[in-house]
Amino acid sequence: MKRKLLGAVVLALATLVFNPVWAQEAPAVDRTSTGGAQTLEDILARQKQLEIDESFRSENLGNPANAAPISGRLGTLGGRSDSDIYRAIRYNKIDPSTQARGPAADVLIQDGGIPWYKLREGPVITYGGSAILAIIALLAVFYFVRGRIKIKGGPAGTTVERFKAIERFGHWLLAGSFVALAITGLITLMGRSFLIPVMGPEAFATLAAGSKWLHNNIAWAFMLGLVMTFFMWVAHNIPNKLDWQWLKVGGGIFTNAHPSARKFNAGQKIVFWTVMLLGFSVSLSGLSLLFPFEIPMFAKTFGVVNTVLGTDLPTVLTPHEEMQYANIWHSIVAFVLMVAIIAHIYIGSIGMEGAFDAMGNGKVDLEWARQHHDLWVAEVEAKQGKGGSS
Amino acid sequence: MKVMISAFIAALVIASLAPPVLNQFGWSSAEQTSSESVRLD
Repeated sequence: MKRKLLGAVVLALATLVFNPVWAQEAPAVDRTSTGGAQTLEDILARQKQLEIDESFRSENLGNPANAAPISGRLGTLGGRSDSDIYRAIRYNKIDPSTQARGPAADVLIQDGGIPWYKLREGPVITYGGSAILAIIALLAVFYFVRGRIKIKGGPAGTTVERFKAIERFGHWLLAGSFVALAITGLITLMGRSFLIPVMGPEAFATLAAGSKWLHNNIAWAFMLGLVMTFFMWVAHNIPNKLDWQWLKVGGGIFTNAHPSARKFNAGQKIVFWTVMLLGFSVSLSGLSLLFPFEIPMFAKTFGVVNTVLGTDLPTVLTPHEEMQYANIWHSIVAFVLMVAIIAHIYIGSIGMEGAFDAMGNGKVDLEWARQHHDLWVAEVEAKQGKGGSS
Repeated sequence: MKVMISAFIAALVIASLAPPVLNQFGWSSAEQTSSESVRLD
């Protein structure tokens, strides 16, 4: 029952996302002025994603029987005009061949461009941009209400090694490339709406080309950082009962309590798995976009989703549809990641005294460590007592 | 901080190396969409 309900919710959400305007029937159009061909009203209605009776053109494919005889002055064109032929291609009424070669060369017309463009320029920018502004505002309010989380009783003055150089290198490789990807991604997505009016099309063209180059190529550093941090930290991020205790008191963030934690507390584990799962997903969709038409994955993914949730998502997609889904998914996942990482940056820098040192020079104040990771400190001290290292 | 700066530089080095390495492996967007006889490069 729950599965069916979940399936219905996912289907409803998918329908909402990919149909920003509910399919309404377009008003009847008078086409006498165009001799039955489509009018401006038809084009505008299609752009608004209204439901149009397409039979006026899907059935208007010419008639070879009407061809003028070859001896006639216009006889050589035959009974179909170019428009007739392209309409037949659009509605899959003929099986054409083409001399063009390439991964998607056998798709001559694909209708999904306008809905994809409107979704990208509309809800994706609006909701994604709003989410980023909202988390920044929320953190600012939190900072002024709660203030900086300080080390109770002040720093001990002695330090303990928290992260080795290779761990910090992996973290900063991931973090540095992610910030570059986020900025260049936002420029690519929002530049047309927000930057061209400010800096003009010529300057933006240079910026956009540079952003595209950096985004496409620094993505490899992001993926390497993701793999490095996964293998270095996954063993410390397996959820356990202690995490539940930590979560029940909200990590002590509002109460000044310091629930016990090992190397990573439940909040850090949430960030870790968010980065790993969404980072993996954004990398896959990014690879699909980086190698156009070479790595289609949405038709198969939808097939799996349909099997698991009983939904009816499309499992046959044209190469261009695959790219459109990959682009939208890439943007949505990237926005969720950005929101999570902004919060992570806050708590790892101005939000908490002593936290940045962990990734700054690898050594944290002993008192900070005892307050936030008491069990980890005990483990380190036990190892040191036996002549080991952290 | 040295590690942080090193990682940032490494990210830029990886980004710079990515296009020639991909080319070496035989992938270029031009090759995907046109044959050699019609390319200008």
